[in-house]
Amino acid sequence: MTDRPLPRSLAGPRGSTLAAATLAALLVVGAAMVAATGTDRHAAADGAAARDLVAALALSDVALFTEGRYTRNPSLADLHSAFQDGPGSLEHFPSGSLVLAPRDLPGGRLEAREE
Amino acid sequence: MHPALERRRHLLDFAVRSLARRPTKNLGLVVVYALVVFLLASVMLFGAAIRREASTMLAQGPEITAQAMVMGRHDLARTADVEALRGLRGVRRVEPRLWGYLWDSAGAANYTLMVPPASDPARRVAKGKAVVGEGVARARKLAVGKMLFLVSPSGRFLRTTVTEILPASTALVSSDLVLLEESDFRAFFELPAGVWTDVALVVANPAEVKTVAEKASLRLPGFRFVTRADMARTAEALFSWREGLALALLAGALLAFVILAFDKASGLSAEEKREIGILKAIGWETSDVIALKLWEGGLVSGFAFLIGVVAAWGHVFLFSAGLFEPVLKGWSTLYPRLALEPSIDALELATLGVLTVVPYIAAILVPVWRTASTDPDAVMR
Repeated sequence: MTDRPLPRSLAGPRGSTLAAATLAALLVVGAAMVAATGTDRHAAADGAAARDLVAALALSDVALFTEGRYTRNPSLADLHSAFQDGPGSLEHFPSGSLVLAPRDLPGGRLEAREE
Repeated sequence: MHPALERRRHLLDFAVRSLARRPTKNLGLVVVYALVVFLLASVMLFGAAIRREASTMLAQGPEITAQAMVMGRHDLARTADVEALRGLRGVRRVEPRLWGYLWDSAGAANYTLMVPPASDPARRVAKGKAVVGEGVARARKLAVGKMLFLVSPSGRFLRTTVTEILPASTALVSSDLVLLEESDFRAFFELPAGVWTDVALVVANPAEVKTVAEKASLRLPGFRFVTRADMARTAEALFSWREGLALALLAGALLAFVILAFDKASGLSAEEKREIGILKAIGWETSDVIALKLWEGGLVSGFAFLIGVVAAWGHVFLFSAGLFEPVLKGWSTLYPRLALEPSIDALELATLGVLTVVPYIAAILVPVWRTASTDPDAVMR
């Protein structure tokens, strides 16, 4: 006797149904994460507090990289700071290696020229 | 259901079942694919969020900061320099500033010591008191009312009482700050009266900032004038450079994945070729076979992309990009606790989608088309 195919109801969900369910689950998880991290009144107030502090204290740079003065305040750093240990000194701070030196410093200029 | 839609649904059913016949290979591909997307999306989301946060906050910074220079090195500004800037037309307020760096061996961190401007009475700090940033409070285990002891490089001792810890929401700009009263600051660093670290200028008309800076440089040629636009450009360049560097490093991972995907998709196994041959033999058109393989590729790449992006979102905005923290901190011991404001840059995500999904789909198409166009009998043998 040949085997008869199972009725659709017993064969498990259709592939397209599985794909749609997985997609829906991913979108729900994504939407839940966006909702959990979404902006609200507190976030707006927090942003205002930071801006007020910057305005009040005239702050110029973010306090992310406090290893050296030219990584803490790159916009205000002078020409000496990156070479503070000597004219030929190598960069020794990890963050300093990732700071692009400003090319145009009034009162001094960094230039590379081919001879 | 419309016959065309029902037909596509049947193709999709077949594609899912076909993928399920090789679960280990396909799941492994999705996991690796999602990991690559996760890393790239994390870098892009983090870079965009921190650039936006920094530029929003620093938009309130001083219009012009004037620094005295000697031999290309910072020098202190004098009262006479401050008075010279006061007389400039277009300058609404001149604010001499006192601030400096201190290496604190007790907290093993660099602090920025600062005196709040005299023009803002609400921020004034009383003698013998201190206002500290949340990073300093964490490093020295401080609370309001506790003592903060500092030792200067020359051995001077300063004892203060913490009256306030700046809010955590300002940590990005204030984490390492210690605000002091002016006489405490001058005594600590042995600074005489009449000298200042630099001078902040408030310009009445923002459109005249460049003109005012030029006039000021004529009046004080030994000074350097940094405008707010210069500071914004520095912050933008700083984070764009880091993000670009990180993406360049991850490009290796992306390239490795493209090679893996190409290798997996382009060399059809004997079993896959036989499957295509059987489908052609039972009456499938070449276009149907290509559509089936496109569905398979689309499912793998689409789900991997979604999983990677959702995971990256959670990593950056729920867990503050914890995986990148060791790289970003460098040797900073006062790294602020960041709570970045979440947002999506559709263009960046679309670019990421094109860079990750398109090569994979392209790698599938050619070998499938070649096999599907061949005589089924030859393929099955």
